[in-house]
Amino acid sequence: MKKLLLFLLVALVYAAHQDVWNWRRPGPMVFGFLPIGLAYHAAYSIAAAVMMAILVRFAWPKGLAEREASSSQPPPPHS
Amino acid sequence: MIPVVVILVYLAVIAVVGGVAWRRGRENTEDFFLASRSVGPIFFFLSIFATNMTAFAILGSSGQAYRQGIGIYGLMASSSCFVIPLTLFFIGTRLWAIGKKFGHQTQVAFFRDRWECNHIGTVIFALSAAMLVPYMIISIMGGGTVLADISASPETHQPIIPYAWGCAIVAVVVTLNVFLGGMRGTVWVNILQTTLFLCFGAVAVAVISHALPLGFGDYMQKLAADPKTRFLVTRDRMPPQTFWSYTLIPLSSIMFPHMAIMCFSARRVSAFKQTVVAYPIAIMAIWLPCVFLGVLGFAALGKIPDPDGVLLRMLQSYAPVWLAGLLGAGIISAVMGSDAHQVLALSTMFTRDVFAHYGGHEKFGERRSVHFARGFIVVVTIIAYLVALALKEKQGIFEIAIRYAFSGFAAMAPVMVAALFWRRSTKWGALAATRENPPLLLRRRPPPSLRQTLSRPPQFQPTIRHISPRPTRRRPNRPPPLPPPPSRRKTSSGKSATEPMR
Repeated sequence: MKKLLLFLLVALVYAAHQDVWNWRRPGPMVFGFLPIGLAYHAAYSIAAAVMMAILVRFAWPKGLAEREASSSQPPPPHS
Repeated sequence: MIPVVVILVYLAVIAVVGGVAWRRGRENTEDFFLASRSVGPIFFFLSIFATNMTAFAILGSSGQAYRQGIGIYGLMASSSCFVIPLTLFFIGTRLWAIGKKFGHQTQVAFFRDRWECNHIGTVIFALSAAMLVPYMIISIMGGGTVLADISASPETHQPIIPYAWGCAIVAVVVTLNVFLGGMRGTVWVNILQTTLFLCFGAVAVAVISHALPLGFGDYMQKLAADPKTRFLVTRDRMPPQTFWSYTLIPLSSIMFPHMAIMCFSARRVSAFKQTVVAYPIAIMAIWLPCVFLGVLGFAALGKIPDPDGVLLRMLQSYAPVWLAGLLGAGIISAVMGSDAHQVLALSTMFTRDVFAHYGGHEKFGERRSVHFARGFIVVVTIIAYLVALALKEKQGIFEIAIRYAFSGFAAMAPVMVAALFWRRSTKWGALAATRENPPLLLRRRPPPSLRQTLSRPPQFQPTIRHISPRPTRRRPNRPPPLPPPPSRRKTSSGKSATEPMR
């Protein structure tokens, strides 16, 4: 269930990038000077950061921490 | 003259940092190329961000916003805010873990081990090098443009530092920094550089807003009211399909050799946690002011001959000279931060994946390998410099980046995904996918001129067909033999070969 919800979250954020409703209108100007299409995508960037914070919290790949602990010594250079 | 002095002082500081890093470094390839895999979380974020922000992010974005309007932000920046952190999250962390376990220093070494095939590594090295050099050229062109524009006399418009000299200065300083300091010097310099160019946008907007005769809102309303310029504050001339297709372009990021090498250099995997969350905010901090100022430049300055220089023109016209110098240094930071990583990445790949792989390391030893790496740095920089001179005024920064570097590396992203997550992927499939790349790049139509760009949307429309790996052609009666299961294979060092990560 958790995986499904996270997948839906990612899909939703991806779909939100295609804001066709803002395509042809310049206004309203957010803060009086920012065209709506630009302000929307600035807010989208913040939403992307929030999405990543949620993924880090709930979907961090398991096993990487153990690898980190088990490989405290750097390996010999690969050739 | 004052801006030039400020920038030259900044460049001298960069060269000195490279010298200090040289004295702290050790003469082995692991230290020179990966700073002994010791990069901490804050340095990692600042450095990986500087790695990915080029002249394209500051000069290219503002120049293209001047031509095409605010849609450029959604086209490149907000799609990067979504895709790049996701690729770091899913691919970067896995690369780090594999590199730590098997000692890989480059993605080429990983591909070789993954499919137990020398040729796939060599092919990917050649292709990556061919696509990375144009990216370096962008950086050098950006540096030359900044120095020439910022040193131009307001009366005669003649630069004190001509374009060719500007390119040479940037190339020499970057080469010195990388040549002496390797990854350690590059990362140290990135801290200064990223801080500078993250502050750049907000300071530039604040300063210019005070000096403009009208308010920002007035200029935007003026553009919106005129049918000829309305497209700059909407996406009237940007087809939704094109807009969507550009969300695939940031897939190139994780395939850039310098990004992959940065992933290998992190001390702990936890460094990725802060990075993926902060990354979208940092992109916004750079792109939003640049795109806005690019559009504003059209309203405030009218038509200018070189749109990629619109930001510099705005600074020259509306900022105090000393501040213009400091902001110019911010732009140069973005240019040089990525250039240094590109040079280092090319040299790492050459030394590890070609020179050492084909016996050079055993023949000449560890110390001489580093010398070969340094020699390669000089040769590649000279080539990039000469091409940057030849391309002056022929192609815009945005077009070069999209045409050769971004689309080429994006087309290779499925190979990486298959290597990590597709257990039954084979070297033949990977070779088939990479084989598609050179014809794809060479077939691309030349970029439109400025006039064409202003009158119609860009022609480049990558589709799923372009980035999907083509399946290997099978003869009905003779299917190619399947390789043994990954878990049973062994690397040359006796360890089990890399398995797909879950």
